Amino acid sequence: MCVSVPPLKTATFEELAMPLFEQLYNFAHWLAQNREEAEDLVQETYVKALRGYSSYQPGTNFRAWMYRILRNTFLTSRTGLKAKMTVPLESEEDGGAPVVADTQTPEAILIDRSNQALLHSALEELPVHSREVLLLCEVEEMSYQEIAEALEIPLGTVMSRLSRARAALRTLVKQKLEKS
Amino acid sequence: MAHEQWQTQIDAYLDGELNAEAMHALDAHLRTCPACAADVLARVQLKRAVKTAGTRFTPSADFRSKIQKQIATKPRRSWNFGWTLATATLALLLVAGAITTYIGRQNLHQQQIYSELADLHVATLGSPNPVDVVSSDRHTVKPWFQGKIPFTFNLPELQNSEFTLIGGRVAYLGQTSGAHLIYQIRKHQISVFMFPESAADSLGNSSGVERRQTFNVETWTQEGLRYVVFGDAAPEDIQKLSELLKSTAKS
Repeated sequence: MCVSVPPLKTATFEELAMPLFEQLYNFAHWLAQNREEAEDLVQETYVKALRGYSSYQPGTNFRAWMYRILRNTFLTSRTGLKAKMTVPLESEEDGGAPVVADTQTPEAILIDRSNQALLHSALEELPVHSREVLLLCEVEEMSYQEIAEALEIPLGTVMSRLSRARAALRTLVKQKLEKS
Repeated sequence: MAHEQWQTQIDAYLDGELNAEAMHALDAHLRTCPACAADVLARVQLKRAVKTAGTRFTPSADFRSKIQKQIATKPRRSWNFGWTLATATLALLLVAGAITTYIGRQNLHQQQIYSELADLHVATLGSPNPVDVVSSDRHTVKPWFQGKIPFTFNLPELQNSEFTLIGGRVAYLGQTSGAHLIYQIRKHQISVFMFPESAADSLGNSSGVERRQTFNVETWTQEGLRYVVFGDAAPEDIQKLSELLKSTAKS
């Protein structure tokens, strides 16, 4: 797990923000699903963050703050507004059925490097609210608390969304493996 | 603890979110339960696979340097020069700094305005009641704005064109009120914003249709008003509507 270090008071915006550039771009591209829109999203995020940097509280989680700006910017974009209309049907706090691995044919075992394309398409098919929480946990290795701050949702919702996202991903992967 | 209860803890265990006591308890259980151990293995493999697959997109070097320039903190200059040279350099730096700051601010201000217009456009189209005056008749829409905005304007005759007027609403840019009209062409809806020129004087005149915030945009000033035509329609359509508005404003 990655533990974020509180930024020094003397750190400039550039010193804090540029190390996050690659990961913010990767996340933006997964949300927007095209290069041009991802670039606009990242650019707008940096412009907004620079503008609001004076209101940023040193010592609080800068990474979560940047992701929060990026995600809010995405949600007001055209693609984001469409994605917002896709809401989870189940109660947010209900964790749902636990994800249990099928020990006879564990699909995860089949996911090796040769199946990257399959996993990419499964991730793309996940609804945005599932994809974002999964990426923040697995790719960015954020703690549940940090994810809660970035997505502005309660800790319990982070856990239930993660659980559902993993279950949905496993189902999608399984379906794709059966087809292929 | 029942087998199912252990399984509900496995995700938090692998995410490092269990407290030390629960972690040790689950560790001990895994040593004696092959089913849970296999489950952990499968989930670890899925986590690793998602980590690899999720690290997929890389920004271009050009884009990185563009952002870097936008947010750059100016480096300090070395002053190992003679007094004359130092004074001249200082003067040059001050001028260059002022120009850079001015251009930087203009660019930032432009970005802010386009961002606000994009928000207005998207929020309006996403609303169940996008316009406050619903009419395709310009002689109904124009008078509706009387007393609501501090200027008047002319709207083009749309007969023999592919455009349809959907209606209008009052919009605010900064703290200035203006007209926000929605036109339709085929399945695309286009926003036309009109504000007093002073509301967005940093925008300048675009050289034809430009790409801003993923939308196609043309903007100009005419007769003391700032016009912005904004939408996801093709650049040719944005340009056609802009030409119609320009020729009407002249008449």
